Amino acid sequence: MDLANVLIQLLNSVQYGLLLFMLAAGLTLIFGIMGVVNLAHGAFYMLGAYLAWSLSSLSGSFTVAILGGVALSVVFGLALEWLLFRHFYQRDHLDQVLLTFGLIYIFEEMRSILWGDDVHGVKIPDLLSASIPLTDNLSYPVYRLFMSGVCIALAAGLYFLISKTRLGMKIRAGAFNRDMTEALGVNIKLIHTIVFALGVALASVAGMIASPVSSVYPNMGSQVLIMCFVVVVIGGIGSVRGALISALLVGLVDTFGKVLVPQVAGMLVYMLMAAVLLWKPEGLFKQ
Amino acid sequence: MRASHSHLEVLPRGLQVALALGLVALIAFPFVGSDFYAQMVARMMILAIFAMSLDLLQGVTGLVSLGHAAYFGLAGYALAYFTPAGEAVSLWWTLPAAVAASGLAALIIGFFVVRTSGIYFIMVTMAFAQMVFYLFFDNKALGGSDGVYVNFKPDAGIFDLENKRVFYYFTLAMLVAVYAFLRRVLWSPFGRVLAGIRVNEHRMRAMGYGTFRYKLAAFTLAGALAGLAGYLWGVQSGYVNPELMGFHMSAHAIMMVILGGMGNFAGAIVGAFAFETLLSWFKDLPTVGNFQLGKHWQLWMGLFIVAVVLFAPRGLLGLVERVARRKEREHE
Repeated sequence: MDLANVLIQLLNSVQYGLLLFMLAAGLTLIFGIMGVVNLAHGAFYMLGAYLAWSLSSLSGSFTVAILGGVALSVVFGLALEWLLFRHFYQRDHLDQVLLTFGLIYIFEEMRSILWGDDVHGVKIPDLLSASIPLTDNLSYPVYRLFMSGVCIALAAGLYFLISKTRLGMKIRAGAFNRDMTEALGVNIKLIHTIVFALGVALASVAGMIASPVSSVYPNMGSQVLIMCFVVVVIGGIGSVRGALISALLVGLVDTFGKVLVPQVAGMLVYMLMAAVLLWKPEGLFKQ
Repeated sequence: MRASHSHLEVLPRGLQVALALGLVALIAFPFVGSDFYAQMVARMMILAIFAMSLDLLQGVTGLVSLGHAAYFGLAGYALAYFTPAGEAVSLWWTLPAAVAASGLAALIIGFFVVRTSGIYFIMVTMAFAQMVFYLFFDNKALGGSDGVYVNFKPDAGIFDLENKRVFYYFTLAMLVAVYAFLRRVLWSPFGRVLAGIRVNEHRMRAMGYGTFRYKLAAFTLAGALAGLAGYLWGVQSGYVNPELMGFHMSAHAIMMVILGGMGNFAGAIVGAFAFETLLSWFKDLPTVGNFQLGKHWQLWMGLFIVAVVLFAPRGLLGLVERVARRKEREHE
């Protein structure tokens, strides 16, 4: 592999890793703060992609699709939290597994009823459809850089929200000791609702910006969910920083594995996970 | 974690009678029901063995594995690879070999996953099962996404598994044997340690039990028994594909165990029968107007699962238990 090729694969790894981070951050936040294991998290990614496809073909504008998609998925997250998830914060993990497994079925079938079972493509907006030439015959698409940019901006925003704002302080306090925080007059129920909707929005944005590259298809959620689990397991549950580092690591191993050793590429990430578990059974950055 | 699930280890007299009647019904069924339904019941019995093997982990030891289907599927694949293209192969070595293959895989994967607990255990078991799934799904040499045919049913010598009725009774015998074996394990010193781990692992460790070894042994045994079920599945359907090892299959097993009630193996059997009956019932729903209710069975299944978690978290046997307890109180 020459240098330009290495650079392209490196950029691809970072882009894939950042996308995984957007999903894993929501998963690990919802678990770390509310203690809920959410198997249906991949469905929010799928929801984002289908919303992007629907809204962009209706309005003709990618910007409108993204903004409308975020608004709709936040409303969806709020409703779901209010209707179902808030009754499960104090319950057994097994109950949560079952609830969210049931939801996977419901979401998949609703998707089939509303949007059908065909594979769809989303057009890359004209503004972002160019490529940057690296060598005479290799170039890198601007859209993939845009994806990484959005993910970095959102990751920075998430970091700022959690570690620098008053709301973030309450979120951290609530994760540390729910009862004490509530006794101090913080509306913990409201905080949980906000965090849940935030997690749904992150996953949905990931689905939206990924849709022009990965296309929109049934079961796209469950594939990505399993990668998210691997990221969360490697990074250490509840740790957003761990999720970022492990997502980048997984992106790197997966992307270069597919180029260098395609025969075993599918398993490399799991081997990485097994190695980390042998070394640190609780993940790299367990909180 | 709140212990909200039923652990009805000692079966009430009424339930024992019901199980005995169920066994009589299963013995009589091929003479009463049609061939089609007898095959369906045989499939339910196979899934009941699978669900019982998971219950050893989930109900007895308190380890919720979301990747149990991997061991189910592996034994089915083992049978498919053992069977030559043109002739039958002996049951007497392929069955133990397939079960051993699943047990070995469970031992190796268990070595990694058993160190973790709670939610971590759920995620890691699922991730490893996906690794096995993709190993077979992605490799043309292993059958790929299309799977592999088992062209001939194994040759048992003294009885003929090609005969559907013989296969039915062979499966029933396996079901009874696995149930008896697991009940025996439950009340053995080993089973008591596993139950102790479920209640409080720290205390068991403080008492001097090497809980890692006990959990690994339970994981291996559960994997091997899941392999037995997978082998029978391969024999019955004559075909194995990666879906057998997939996430949905693992989640179905969890659902069966919960639906019936955990920790006593009878619940797993009841759950497997109830779940499969429900599934075929949903798939047979009629068309109303332009809307095919049966085609969207996943929606009804999903709504049903959510309703169970919301309203009957202790499963069907949990409901029975609640009624039994109420009666006891009335007697006092």
